[in-house]
Amino acid sequence: MSVSPGSSMRTPRRRVAGLGSARSGTGHFWLQRLTAIGNLLLILIALPIVIAAAGQEQAQVVAIIGHPLVAIVLLLLLFSICFHMRIGMQVVIEDYVHTEGLKVLALIANTFFTIAVGSAGAFAVLKISFGG
Amino acid sequence: MAGAAERPLSPHLQIYRPMLTMMMSIVHRITGVALYFGTALLVIWLLAAASSGQAFSTVNGLYGSWLGLLVLVGYSWALIHHALGGIRHFIWDTGAGFGPGPRELFAKLTIGGSVALTVVMWVVIWLVKG
Repeated sequence: MSVSPGSSMRTPRRRVAGLGSARSGTGHFWLQRLTAIGNLLLILIALPIVIAAAGQEQAQVVAIIGHPLVAIVLLLLLFSICFHMRIGMQVVIEDYVHTEGLKVLALIANTFFTIAVGSAGAFAVLKISFGG
Repeated sequence: MAGAAERPLSPHLQIYRPMLTMMMSIVHRITGVALYFGTALLVIWLLAAASSGQAFSTVNGLYGSWLGLLVLVGYSWALIHHALGGIRHFIWDTGAGFGPGPRELFAKLTIGGSVALTVVMWVVIWLVKG
């Protein structure tokens, strides 16, 4: 059975549903703001700790980072920051890279970079906290 | 894009006279991109601490060198500027502060505040840690 384009059972409204930009824009905006709040709060706690630890011997730095509360703050910070980085860079790429192939490659690289950086940082913090 | 309608584009940067608020928007984006790569510096430091004493002293030496400290000062300014810019956006999100007076004031507070806080932070670091 062949259906000519003009005689589909689907309504014009149904055919375009979900295809437009209105599908995820609000979620993107919300996540940007949500992670921004997370970044602000966590940076306020983490920055003094990192500054206090900076420049000291490895054993002392490990003792500071290995404290459960510090480790949890650093893990949350990495998580929040990397989410924020990914969606922020996504907007920058979409604004400036107009060649379709290059844009898709840049978006893939963005996802890989942010997940790699976040995972590496989380691994380091966990290894230190678990005494490795 | 093939088949796209020939719609007029909205005017972009080159058509406007440079304004402070426009510059702040651009700087917010540039500091965001810089911080994106700057996160790698934090992670390298964490990885070095998790690896060995030797790896850590190498990274410590690099970050503590003149060039390293210069990068860290720039990094901290970018972080503070982007954070203040973010707070500005939170105020705008409530619908407040869009008038000519407030938005110019926010721009000046973001620049002045970011420089002042960066200087204060590094003076405190220098006084406490030598």
